[in-house]
Amino acid sequence: MLVLTCPCCGAAAEETELAPGGEAHIARVGPGADAEAFEAYLFHRKNPKGVHFERWRHAHGCGKWFHAARNTVTLEVYGTYPAQTPEPPRELLDKIAARVPGFAWEGRA
Amino acid sequence: MKRYSAFAIAREAASYHEGWEKAWASPEPKARYDVIVVGAGGHGLATAYYLGKNHGVRNVAVIEKGWLGGGNTGRNTTIIRSNYLQDPSAAIFEKARSLYDGLSQDLNYNVMFSPRGCLMLAQSEHEARGWKRTAAANVLQGIDTEYVDAKRVKEIVPIINIDGPRYPVLGALWQKRGGTARHDAVAWGYARACSAMGIDIIQQCEVTAVRQKAGKVTGIETTKGAIDCGKLAIVVAGHSGVLAEMAGFRLPIESVALQALVSEPIKPVIDTVVMANTVHGYMSQSDKGELVIGGGADGFNNYTQRGSFQHVEDTIRALIETFPIISRLKMLRQWGGIVDMTGDRSPILSKTPLGNCFINCGWGTGGFKAIPGSGWAMAELVAKGEPGPLAAEFGLDRFGAGRFVDESVAAGVAH
Ligand SMILES: Cc1cc2nc3c(=O)[nH]c(=O)nc-3n(C[C@H](O)[C@H](O)[C@H](O)COP(=O)(O)OP(=O)(O)OC[C@H]3O[C@@H](n4cnc5c(N)ncnc54)[C@H](O)[C@@H]3O)c2cc1C
Ligand SMILES: [Zn+2]
Repeated sequence: MLVLTCPCCGAAAEETELAPGGEAHIARVGPGADAEAFEAYLFHRKNPKGVHFERWRHAHGCGKWFHAARNTVTLEVYGTYPAQTPEPPRELLDKIAARVPGFAWEGRA
Repeated sequence: MKRYSAFAIAREAASYHEGWEKAWASPEPKARYDVIVVGAGGHGLATAYYLGKNHGVRNVAVIEKGWLGGGNTGRNTTIIRSNYLQDPSAAIFEKARSLYDGLSQDLNYNVMFSPRGCLMLAQSEHEARGWKRTAAANVLQGIDTEYVDAKRVKEIVPIINIDGPRYPVLGALWQKRGGTARHDAVAWGYARACSAMGIDIIQQCEVTAVRQKAGKVTGIETTKGAIDCGKLAIVVAGHSGVLAEMAGFRLPIESVALQALVSEPIKPVIDTVVMANTVHGYMSQSDKGELVIGGGADGFNNYTQRGSFQHVEDTIRALIETFPIISRLKMLRQWGGIVDMTGDRSPILSKTPLGNCFINCGWGTGGFKAIPGSGWAMAELVAKGEPGPLAAEFGLDRFGAGRFVDESVAAGVAH
């Protein structure tokens, strides 16, 4: 079973306590954006086979949103971090790069 | 291809059944094909079959990284029905259901289509109202379904508990002509018929890159070398995002795990398919006697073909409430598949941003029932370069245009 440590309350939360919230770090397009950019923002997803940054909510715990880095092939959890950040923390990216050959943070979608 | 028939069995018996030929050939890839289909699941094979049969396009290869039918097609619980809510869904699912009626004859391969009827329970006032609305929509679409009351449900399925305790059965949407088929046989039957037309099915060959020039596809790279093509059809279900990335575009799709399980075999207890969407479980009985059981999909991205155990527990809990008779059964096997989910829970049959490259995906938790209709529509799209009436509403452009084919409410449960 998937266990994520909630960075807000510190609990090691089991999957049944958590609600998945999809891909993280999607940059909202600005007011001047064209229709295509808005479509990509709303619908297009990386859906990667490998490292995935995602949003989760500690729904049956403290109720707060947070971020997690996970591998969709090995199901390894690299770490969790607060929701109030536009990018994953440097140490986490370094840790993933050490574990996954060829990994590079592509920036926000 | 030697035709299968009762006479063939008698004839082959004379040579101790040693003369049967292989059902399909396993050729090495040629240097170039007019059309390459990626993915030898039901949808890819049916696409190739109708390209050959309906459009005379036979210089075709189907490229499969594993074994044919080893993806979701060989992992699904085989529910077939066409009582969807929206007109475009009803059209393509009913086309598929009606093709299933004659598929064994058409393919000369017994796909064991069994129109045993499919019940979708109403276990809340909202659901009852929803199914009545679907039944009314289906009348207008010319699809034979009806809303039945709880008493009738009990007559159709005597082992069902209609009194709750959590969610008493109020009624059901009943499609008499829905049912099940043998999943492997659908893949095998199409594969054999494709091979007989000279279409190459190349297994154990993974596509690793899509080649393009001036905005148009020119070929693919695979673990068996590069192959050129005129047109490319991507039909890889859970791996659609991976292939789309190779081709240079993104999709409105997330890949998640969906599981199923079967019980030990028992004597016949249920001769229809029952789906309980409110409590998230569904069940039918295979010819071998196993109860075939499925439930909800996981909510997070996953490529492992293994799902979360609590979904198995949830499903079993729901079904034991609905069918108390099964509470002592042992479960034999449990497995998962990676399903390709769209936001509106409808499929994508579409041109793509890359020229001459087409995609068929997004069938998610419910595409087995659609295989013949989807192949029919996809073949037309690939052959003509433009969608026909069955595929027209399922283009990628519907997301940007906000023209969803919203089945998330109509099909709240995995099937
Ligand atoms: C547990 C479960 C239960 C289900 N129950 C039902 C049901 O009751 N009724 C229903 O209608 N539907 C059901 N479905 C959904 C149904 O199984 C799918 O919608 C359908 O089988 C999809 O068929 P496909 O041909 O598109 O995909 P698949 O059968 O998955 O075929 C895709 C193929 O592409 C291949 N591929 C992937 N990447 C590559 C590559 N790079 N190179 C070459 N080949 C590649 C894969 O190996 C695979 O064989 C269920 C699904 C699951 C998982
Ligand atoms: Zn918490």
